Amino acid sequence: MEVIVASTVGVLTAGGVYLMLRLRTFPVILGLAMLSYAVNVFLFSSGRLAIDQAPILSLYEDLSYSDPLPQALVLTAIVISFGMTAVLVMIGLGAYLECETDQIDIESPDTDEAGEDRTEKDAKA
Amino acid sequence: MMHWIILPVILPAMLAPVIGFVMRYDITLARTASVFGSALLVAISVALVIIAGDGATHVYELGNWPAPFGIVLVLDRLSALMVLLTNALALIVLIHAIATGWDTRGRHFHALYQFQLMGISGAFLTGDVFNLFVFFEVLLIASYGLMIHSGGTARMRAGLQYVVMNLAGSTLFLFALGTLYASTGTLNIADLAQRMAALPAEEAALARVAAMLLMIVFAVKAALFPVQFWLPNTYANAPAPVAALFAIMTKVGIYAILRVHTVAFGPGIPGTEGLAGTWLFPAAIVTIAVGAFGVLGARRLMPLIGFSVVGSVGTIMVAVAAFSEMATTAALYYLLHSTFAAACLFLVADLVVTRRKSDRLAAAPATIQNGLFAALFFGAAIAMAGMPPLSGFLGKLLVMDALRDPGTIGWAWTAILAGSLLTIVGFARAGSLLFWKSTATAPAVPDPSETPVPEIDAPQPNTATAAQVAPSMAMLGMLVALAVFAGPVSGYLEATSAQLFDRAGYISAVLTPGEEG
Repeated sequence: MEVIVASTVGVLTAGGVYLMLRLRTFPVILGLAMLSYAVNVFLFSSGRLAIDQAPILSLYEDLSYSDPLPQALVLTAIVISFGMTAVLVMIGLGAYLECETDQIDIESPDTDEAGEDRTEKDAKA
Repeated sequence: MMHWIILPVILPAMLAPVIGFVMRYDITLARTASVFGSALLVAISVALVIIAGDGATHVYELGNWPAPFGIVLVLDRLSALMVLLTNALALIVLIHAIATGWDTRGRHFHALYQFQLMGISGAFLTGDVFNLFVFFEVLLIASYGLMIHSGGTARMRAGLQYVVMNLAGSTLFLFALGTLYASTGTLNIADLAQRMAALPAEEAALARVAAMLLMIVFAVKAALFPVQFWLPNTYANAPAPVAALFAIMTKVGIYAILRVHTVAFGPGIPGTEGLAGTWLFPAAIVTIAVGAFGVLGARRLMPLIGFSVVGSVGTIMVAVAAFSEMATTAALYYLLHSTFAAACLFLVADLVVTRRKSDRLAAAPATIQNGLFAALFFGAAIAMAGMPPLSGFLGKLLVMDALRDPGTIGWAWTAILAGSLLTIVGFARAGSLLFWKSTATAPAVPDPSETPVPEIDAPQPNTATAAQVAPSMAMLGMLVALAVFAGPVSGYLEATSAQLFDRAGYISAVLTPGEEG
């Protein structure tokens, strides 16, 4: 089981990093989603991999139980990464509609065009 | 149990939704509530500094669950000081944003602003690493909204980069936390410190990996080389008041390194002894160089200030990397100074740039009130560059005085002194181009062939009102006050770093139930 979980985390991370380096909005969002899956599985395994164990303390007999804390951490991480992905999709859409390109990398901060755009837009608003 | 400790988190958390939902159509009401809330936060943080001044480590157990089973907030001198710094900065910046009308150029400015304050205060107060992650996310998600406030092509693209960068950082944070939990079985900082101290060096490999991963995550937030590259573009394209508020965001990363890598992985821990300092020191030296060359080479005003922020982070981290009480005192003094100096520069830049066509560093007709803006910029620039009589000079002096270790003195002093020189040259060039050469340029000869529709969307050059200049003046006043009261301030900071390095005191305060009544 360890091999399967470890290679799952590895493959997901590799795919996520590869997609993130594509520097286009859509692959980057997919890549970040894959990375967050990878990290969720990884967090699960940080409480040791165990099967056939009670989720929390058993009321009736003295059984060994799995560590409940990683499950709580994963739950928090899932909620946060889900929300963040939604925000990223909205900002990515906004940037795409505004700039008519989905490239993530931009010119050096010194370019005049960017400066002109910015101040004009500020003035308009 | 003292409930004051959680107020800097609770108050903005309650206020922000009220502003966002109830007052969304009434800007006057929203402004009043936001300023009132920020002023109240300043008062609360002053009270917290006074409470923490007794030298004890105060603990607030959320839901009354004792640590390490529940989440705790920990108030000591360091966290009280950082919360006060945040809220004082936020109040001044908020007044600037209102006076210059930035808050009306998009929606929900005030609600996001309060959420931002909640996240930052929470990150400073928490005593649990996973809770630190949660507060990082709170402050980041608010900062995404503030970063793209009022929109615009360049800002949206820079905002997208900023979001992607930070989401990648958050994922790394989670990997670090997973590794940490797998190797030590706890995420409470005090408990972590206790278990790390008991862990023999030969079994600490996994914990070392976790410590380094955490350091990279905090370095991303602090904009330390080699992960500093997101900062200049982000700050240059953020709305100027937001950039001024972001002056505290890099300090969140620095604070996290100070707290976690001193208490849990710091000196005297066999498994990770000297690990952080070894890597932080060269990174900080390069960061100073990157900042200085960036200041020298920037062709626009806002990236120039962004690079000067990078340089100041480097100066702080050189001192932090020594992990000694004296150097930490110096780092904290320079941290206070550089926060106000950077914010002051951004506010002054906002006043100037909105009255010019762009923030390009080129001779253009002088704006109205050229002398006033030039004087303000001069004050802020010499503070940032570290010239007397303002606090930057004292801060750099303290940092250099603390770094007398023969192994590092050469690199540290050279980097700080040469970096200061380059920063001075860069700021002198920017100032003379913006304010001095501008007076030699013929004022506004309209050329019909070049600009067919002139001035259609540029704001009419208008005189800065007292309310618009006052926040920048207040920032300068803070720098003067830091210099004048350098004695008492550094006395407090010495006590602060002594408390930070008192690991046993921290552990017993957090982990002993009923220690704090």
